[in-house]
Amino acid sequence: MFPFSSIQAYQNSLSSGIVTCVDTVTHYLQQIGNNQQLNAFIEVFADEALEAASLLDEKRKQGKPLGKLHGVVVAIKDVICYNGHKVSAASKMIENFTSIYHATAVEKLLAEDAIIIGRNNCDEFAMGSSSENSAFGVVKNALDESRVPGGSSGGSAVAVQAGMCMVSLGSDTGGSVRQPADFCGIVGLKPSYGRVSRYGLIAYASSFDQIGIFANTIEDAALTLEVIAGVDDYDSTVSQKEVPSYAALLDSDNKKYKLAYFKEALENEALDAEIKQQILSFIALLKAQGHTVEPINFEWLDYVVPTYYILTTAEASSNLSRFDGVRFGHQTAQKNIDLTELYKASRSEGFGKEVQRRIMLGTFVLSSGYYDAYFTKAQQVRQLLYQRSKEIFADYDAIISPTVPATAWKFGEKSDNPTAMYLADIYTVFANLVGIPAVSLPLFKHSNSMPFGLQVMCSHFEEVHLHQLSKVLMHLK
Amino acid sequence: MAFFIAFIYSNNKFTTSPLLLSLQIEMTNISDKYETVIGLEIHAQLQTQTKLFCGDSIAFGAAPNTHVSPITLGHPGTLPKTNKVAVAYAIKMGLACNCKIERDNYFARKNYFYPDLPKGYQISQHTTPICVGGYVTINTSTGQKNIELNRIHIEEDAGKSMHDLDEQFTCIDLNRAGTPLIEIVTEPCIHSSDEAFEYVSEARRLVQWIGVCDGNMEEGSLRCDANISIRLKGATTLGTRVEVKNLNSIRNVKKAIEFEVQRMIEIVENGGTIIQQTRSFDASNDTTFSIRDKEDANDYRYFADPDLAPFHLTESFIEDIRKSLPALPLQLIQQFQQSFGLTIYDANNLCADTATAEYFLEVSRYSTHYKAIANWMLGPIKQQLNETAKDFSTLLLLPQTLAELIAIVEAGKVNFSVASYKILPELLNGNNSPLAIAEAMNLLQVSDTKELERWIDEALEGMPDKVAEYKRGKKGLIGLFVGEIKKISKGKADPKMVTTLLQEKLK
Amino acid sequence: MEVTEQLVDKLAHLSRLRFSADEKIAIKNDLQNMIGFVQKLNEVDTTGVQPLLHMGDANNVFRADELKGSVTREAALANAPIPDNQFFKVPKVIKK
Repeated sequence: MFPFSSIQAYQNSLSSGIVTCVDTVTHYLQQIGNNQQLNAFIEVFADEALEAASLLDEKRKQGKPLGKLHGVVVAIKDVICYNGHKVSAASKMIENFTSIYHATAVEKLLAEDAIIIGRNNCDEFAMGSSSENSAFGVVKNALDESRVPGGSSGGSAVAVQAGMCMVSLGSDTGGSVRQPADFCGIVGLKPSYGRVSRYGLIAYASSFDQIGIFANTIEDAALTLEVIAGVDDYDSTVSQKEVPSYAALLDSDNKKYKLAYFKEALENEALDAEIKQQILSFIALLKAQGHTVEPINFEWLDYVVPTYYILTTAEASSNLSRFDGVRFGHQTAQKNIDLTELYKASRSEGFGKEVQRRIMLGTFVLSSGYYDAYFTKAQQVRQLLYQRSKEIFADYDAIISPTVPATAWKFGEKSDNPTAMYLADIYTVFANLVGIPAVSLPLFKHSNSMPFGLQVMCSHFEEVHLHQLSKVLMHLK
Repeated sequence: MAFFIAFIYSNNKFTTSPLLLSLQIEMTNISDKYETVIGLEIHAQLQTQTKLFCGDSIAFGAAPNTHVSPITLGHPGTLPKTNKVAVAYAIKMGLACNCKIERDNYFARKNYFYPDLPKGYQISQHTTPICVGGYVTINTSTGQKNIELNRIHIEEDAGKSMHDLDEQFTCIDLNRAGTPLIEIVTEPCIHSSDEAFEYVSEARRLVQWIGVCDGNMEEGSLRCDANISIRLKGATTLGTRVEVKNLNSIRNVKKAIEFEVQRMIEIVENGGTIIQQTRSFDASNDTTFSIRDKEDANDYRYFADPDLAPFHLTESFIEDIRKSLPALPLQLIQQFQQSFGLTIYDANNLCADTATAEYFLEVSRYSTHYKAIANWMLGPIKQQLNETAKDFSTLLLLPQTLAELIAIVEAGKVNFSVASYKILPELLNGNNSPLAIAEAMNLLQVSDTKELERWIDEALEGMPDKVAEYKRGKKGLIGLFVGEIKKISKGKADPKMVTTLLQEKLK
Repeated sequence: MEVTEQLVDKLAHLSRLRFSADEKIAIKNDLQNMIGFVQKLNEVDTTGVQPLLHMGDANNVFRADELKGSVTREAALANAPIPDNQFFKVPKVIKK
């Protein structure tokens, strides 16, 4: 019976009485118990989840109207606030912090009868591409435990990958949902900037962050997005655009697509030869199916990652200033020091190395004397990229690319050289820089046994097309 | 200079000797060498219901940390959302000060660390103010002057750090954190402590007048920082400036400037250099002291806040606000002088706030004794209001009733002092009939000559020697006689008539 | 550009971070590495390009001046490192 092939299949079984929510939660708790070495969860809300399941079973028995995600077991990345629950951003800085409010996305999940089973491990403050930067131990890829699951939402990816929940929420600032999805062989969706409220998402880079979804199928991702998307009184950057019924709009009726790929992306010297080869074959397959697939020039590929790191570290350096040990979080035990030293000690003790690096770089690019050359410059390049994205989507339905230049690497392979790791984001950061929706689809398997995906990007708020195209592509393989 | 000092010391007398006088003149001459240049920054808390970026109350005086939300607390994941009324109030002040209103706006983050700054940054419009330029007109000894403004911008207030509540700890109350402020910044075009005094008074009146701030400096709704420098008269570059903070009364603004200017002049005269620094004002002895040198100056790393969408102000939005502006004090003061023949002094005082001005205008509908109205309002009634901490908006004495009272005094039916001491208190309690009160209390003035003559005779009979003295030339004694007659008549004798009759009788 | 120790000290102070002697060498190298990496943007011609200040389509977003969302003092102070039932507390600044 488990795992169900989709939420739909599961909910059918629920209504026909084949399975109950309590059965389901029990099953997932067992899975979590059997996979503790993967370290995908920082905390499991076992009793609560069973209690919630029991109430939902009762609700169904009483014939009450059921939520869209009725009984669906969801895990949330440890950067998403859940009232009354700890949230630590995988950091010692707020290791014992309990949130006093719900993230809007969490409220929406609960309103539609989802069951939140636990919080997932990740890179500290979402900064990383391997989930090696957690203060609470690394996360392991279930397909090969000597390899990283990707990051920063590694735990959320593994939770779905290893059948420890049906769907999970992560966050994507530069690829932190798509890249782990690629490494773990599942679907990873990043919505358009402003599609999902950021209220309750611990901010890394405010103009880049979006809550993203991990799922086994595009159908499940679409349904989940439908639930968590939409306006919110508490987020000034959320879009007022109506949320389409994503789950009902998955069929494209044999539409033939006009797709583009960046010439430079496939020519990039860091791209694994086999990945390139398989993707080119897939492109040929698409053409054979009657779709148009064309290479286009993207002369800025070498600049996307530097632009991304200047802007995100700048915003992060400011967003992380609230972590000072005064109202919450770690305060140093050192005595007899002045206020400045108190701040320095608390923050230096609380933040891990990568976080400190990024705060320092962010402070640098914003500081007087360097601001124009780095920060303003990066904002100008972002403008150019944004204009370019508009131009591209005027001519094409979607852009496709590899999600990552390589498959999941082994632990420690890249952790000594931060900038080498940064380049792993080369294909994913573009979507965050310009605010478009993007997904990684688990279409391929490498000869090294690891999975890898195809990234598909559509224009702003074109998730319907993105889902439809994704469905087509998934069925091709 | 030294010669003068030696001379005075040897004389051992500190009278206003010609020598001491010339020393004073010498000192004034030194001061005259210098021009004072002042720029003032006023922070005014907007009178909204809730904070600038979230829905916590901003009501004053609440128990510590009871007006807080996750947003105020800067909890991870929280986001700001702009209070529309705060924006409208900022525009209102901008229009009242003749500023140019920026159509395209956004907020920026000012990054620095302090315990009462929950996010580790303040959301401000420092770099892109909503109102640019403008001016506030003040009255000076040499006529009206426009104090040029540089800008007015919106920002959030910080919480409060209290260092004296606990021996070991600084205590932080975040009730105030997030309160909407406008910062009104002048150009460095103020040149004396008197001008500064006038400007702050006028700015305070203006924010209260248009209803955007209650102007309460003791409670901190209005705060002033001064940037002060001196330079030799005729110099074109500005001298090193010093910032003085913590000026919580208009008087303190004046005193702080006076002290600073003197301090600076002394430094320069003694060959020293003025250090650019931040100072605080000590109200216990009207001095300033250093709290921060420039070396500690922060790099605030301002950047556009990505959590707040930019906003574009439409013409109609601004017009609606413009229409909601009442006639401003200066306009009204002119009007009061022209239409009612009042002095600038009376007009200015009647326009201290909208409640007073409105009350006057109301009374003027029922009475043309404008000067008398002013006297009553600014004299006995104001006194009562001060004692009971009330204002003209809550006065139980109706404008029409005051007009009646004035009418009977002008008609001589009661005299002013009886009216103010005996009748007014009743009227202030809500009794609306001055004539009835006068009758009931037997206060109506007697102008009947026979009656008056009776009292006069009674009084004079009682003090024959004084009468004799008067007749011998001590004309000042008439006041004594009038006073005695007042007593005998229980205040009912019309003092004017009594005086005339006395003078006749005692010729 | 060269990352000096002075620059590292200044940035550390602005960020309220501190580094031991060894850590400082490491962060100095890291910064040099990272700054070298992002300097690549100098190659892009951005003459006349407006910096992109805000992402997304939201604009003119306001809220009504209404009471909403406040929490109890207890909830507010629940996570405070130094427990108290009224205030947030920091150890007092030592007067120099």
